[in-house]
Amino acid sequence: MFFDHFNYWVFVILLMIGLYTVISRSNLVKKMIGLSMFQIAVFLFYITIGKVEGGTAPILLDKPDVVYSNPLPHVLILTAIVVGVATTALGLSLIARIKETFGTIDEEEILEQEDKS
Amino acid sequence: MEEFTDIFLMLLLVAGALSVLYVRNLFVATMLLGAVSFIMALIFVTLDAVDVAFTEAAVGAGISTVLYLGTLALVGSHEKASARKSVVPLLLSLVVGGALIYATLDDKMPVVGAADTPAQTSKVADRYINKSGDEIGVPNIVTSVLASYRGFDTFGEVVVIFTAGIGVLLILSQMRLRKEEKEDVSDIPTSETPAEKPDQQGSPHDLVPHVVSKLLIPFIMLFAFYVQFHGDFGPGGGFQAGVILAAGFILYSLVFGLHFTQQILSKRVVEYLLVAGVLLYGGVGIVSMINGGTFLDYNVLSADPVAGQHLGILLVELGVGITVTAAMLAIFYGFAGRADGRGEDVNPE
Amino acid sequence: MSELMTHAPVLAVLIPLLGAPLCALTRGTTIPWFFTTILSALSFYVSLQLLFHVSANGPVSYELGGWAPPWGIEYVADPLSCFVMLVISGISTGVLLYAKESIAAEVSSSRLGLFFAAYLLALAGMMGITVTGDAFNIFVFMEIMSLSSYVLIAMGEKNDRRALTAAFQYLVIGTIGATFILIGVGFLYLMTGTLNIADIANQFDSISETRPARAAVGFLVVGIAIKLAMFPFHIWLPNAYSYAPNIVTAFFAGTATKVSVYLLIRFIFTIFGVDFSFGTLPLTELLLPLGVIAFLSMSLVAIFQNNLKRLLAFSSVAQLGYMTVGIALASETGLTASILHIFNHAIVKTGLFLSVGAMFFVTGSIYLKDLAGIGQRMPMTSFSFVLGGLALIGVPLTPGFISKWYLLQAVLERGDMIGYGLAVGMLISSLFAVIYVWRIVELAYFKPSPEGAPSGDAPYSLLLPIWLFILVSFYFGIETSLSAGFAEQAAKFLMGAP
Repeated sequence: MFFDHFNYWVFVILLMIGLYTVISRSNLVKKMIGLSMFQIAVFLFYITIGKVEGGTAPILLDKPDVVYSNPLPHVLILTAIVVGVATTALGLSLIARIKETFGTIDEEEILEQEDKS
Repeated sequence: MEEFTDIFLMLLLVAGALSVLYVRNLFVATMLLGAVSFIMALIFVTLDAVDVAFTEAAVGAGISTVLYLGTLALVGSHEKASARKSVVPLLLSLVVGGALIYATLDDKMPVVGAADTPAQTSKVADRYINKSGDEIGVPNIVTSVLASYRGFDTFGEVVVIFTAGIGVLLILSQMRLRKEEKEDVSDIPTSETPAEKPDQQGSPHDLVPHVVSKLLIPFIMLFAFYVQFHGDFGPGGGFQAGVILAAGFILYSLVFGLHFTQQILSKRVVEYLLVAGVLLYGGVGIVSMINGGTFLDYNVLSADPVAGQHLGILLVELGVGITVTAAMLAIFYGFAGRADGRGEDVNPE
Repeated sequence: MSELMTHAPVLAVLIPLLGAPLCALTRGTTIPWFFTTILSALSFYVSLQLLFHVSANGPVSYELGGWAPPWGIEYVADPLSCFVMLVISGISTGVLLYAKESIAAEVSSSRLGLFFAAYLLALAGMMGITVTGDAFNIFVFMEIMSLSSYVLIAMGEKNDRRALTAAFQYLVIGTIGATFILIGVGFLYLMTGTLNIADIANQFDSISETRPARAAVGFLVVGIAIKLAMFPFHIWLPNAYSYAPNIVTAFFAGTATKVSVYLLIRFIFTIFGVDFSFGTLPLTELLLPLGVIAFLSMSLVAIFQNNLKRLLAFSSVAQLGYMTVGIALASETGLTASILHIFNHAIVKTGLFLSVGAMFFVTGSIYLKDLAGIGQRMPMTSFSFVLGGLALIGVPLTPGFISKWYLLQAVLERGDMIGYGLAVGMLISSLFAVIYVWRIVELAYFKPSPEGAPSGDAPYSLLLPIWLFILVSFYFGIETSLSAGFAEQAAKFLMGAP
């Protein structure tokens, strides 16, 4: 019974750690790292949906009665991984520019500067 | 035994995530994030998602880490202690987590691995698994679904990576306004060897990296092409191949200097390749429209539908591979070109 | 023409989507702009044809890749999606007519090719979200739209470096929102085994009692609310709108959040169903107060702004509150009011932001202190702003009046105390709008100009598009049969669908 939803619970814990990192940390790079973890957690959720006990990777074999895991979630997550790295790249390039113009990547220090101007 | 591995990996995952949260050195946090991604890739293997595992390892543990390191080289790696109260964030995450746990505590919630869940028994999965062999004739079902049944999603994915490519070009091509914060980059931890700074030019002293990478790079490139064209039969495809090929070029730049890579693939060429991949993918779709089908209907590409599918998948995967390689390089060039004052190459030989 | 109609749903998206890479290769200042304008206009033309076709003949389905749904991805052009596509492509085209000189002053010319490529991608993303009939495809196109909008907003850094932090803040919040939507779609897939929206809708009744299905509803609604900038998730919007380049603000103010409103309507009415959303689940009790707080508090906050773009941005959050209320009323009239307000507010707010853009073009500032006496200095621009302001308030003969009138009817239809309370709330919010518009009128016409302030009106290339928006908005304020007709048809379609 405990293992029925074990993977889902790990997904929830990872998601929470990721979300907490994003909201609570004021360093922008740390925020991006948290955001990456937040997204990775969702990958686990989807891939778990596709798993069939005793199944094999969805690559067709020349044998009868093979059980394949569901390929659809795999496809969706391939797309989601790409989206994730695209977001990371853009976020990091913004951070690099923020560092150049504000001289810091700490959210609180940036807010102080913004309030002054 | 399998359960044991599973649980062990999961615990490692959570431990890794927690240490990412608490560690103050961003360099360490980045490495830990790479480790978390890699453990996740291992878990994906145990969950039969080999294609996803491949991609997660190449992207999450590979390219992402390079991007983070490139950023840290520009912004410094120390995280200041935050004075902020962390009650509200904690509550928010607990609410989100609680809602999810609540959802799983239901008799109707499908059990992990069960074969009778709606996702497994639906006619959608059934057709992909049982018919794709005849309809598309490609052993790797993931490739069939990715490139054909849901080919339009993948086209969207290529456009996403294209967007990131031109986005980074736009944001990081901005002229630098100030040059006085050079001292800020000096707090990079000493553990970072020169090869890890993306902009770092090769130096004659790094003999070992030079020799090793010279041996490795041809194989990396060869492997990329294998992954590109073998994606129909085993795990792999345009996306993974693109990432690996880009990794080969990036490794070359790291060891021998950006200058040499840009002699082979200049910024302008990379931009053209970025565009070419998207247009190749979209062009296949347009040709199917002209041939009387709908957008991306490969059946009409050839007299024999299965041959048409093969041709279509080959071409769109190539489009994916080209755009991904170019986008990764464009992004890397953007970050590497940012660290100014270090633009001169040192001849390694 | 039949050939066009068979492919129309996908063409409306493909034109900007495939135009973007080509645009990225163009150089100079004129060519990228011209190319983008032509493509956007083409997309607008296709959407217009599609709307007339669908309105006469019923929904059109398009099977991408030649695979029938639910195996393949389906595009569905129904009265609602066509109407929203028309708004998006129309606003985009109108803004582009204005864009050439405005953007040349704000973004360096060497990057205009890439800039307009990102613009086309944002347009394609929004069109794709609207027309797709596949739940996961929504996520993919939402990311195309979001990533390009982060870039476009960051391009405002030449004028104000805060554009960078605004873009980053939007990136973080937007990604969380999109991931929530992804989780919601995951739960729907977990319970139904399909991603096709019509297919999920068919099966939804049988799973609606389960907790995972409810979690799906929760995560989807919250995720969309974040993207919609619904109160209290609106914090990213004022920053993003204030510091983005002027044409980007004008474009997004008319379209980006409207797409999210569309998504909210689509999920609630097409997938979850009216009975389940408002009967079984307390969505009315949840969305109604949020909408009311939004239009009351944000109108109030707008009064105290000293940055004109920021003022309009807060007013936008307030207007989104009206749309939320219309949805939460769960009635055909309420839904009509929401859909109509998407249309009316898009035109008015875009016109207003373009007008502010013209003031910035001449004076180089969007702060109220620098705009004193602008009424004498830039009479044509200021007058257009005043007329747009009247529409925000909801003065009769303006489109703002029409949608508020519909909303008032929907509110009073309830016939209970809450209904009357809402009517009073709308009145108060309109009074706040009177105050913030009057503040600008007073400043523009009754205060002396600062010394040495630049004078002379904006060039005609900016004035003509502004007045196009203002005059079109007045046309739809007087002649309502077309816009209200399509909105009613869409609402009927959504409520009537079993």
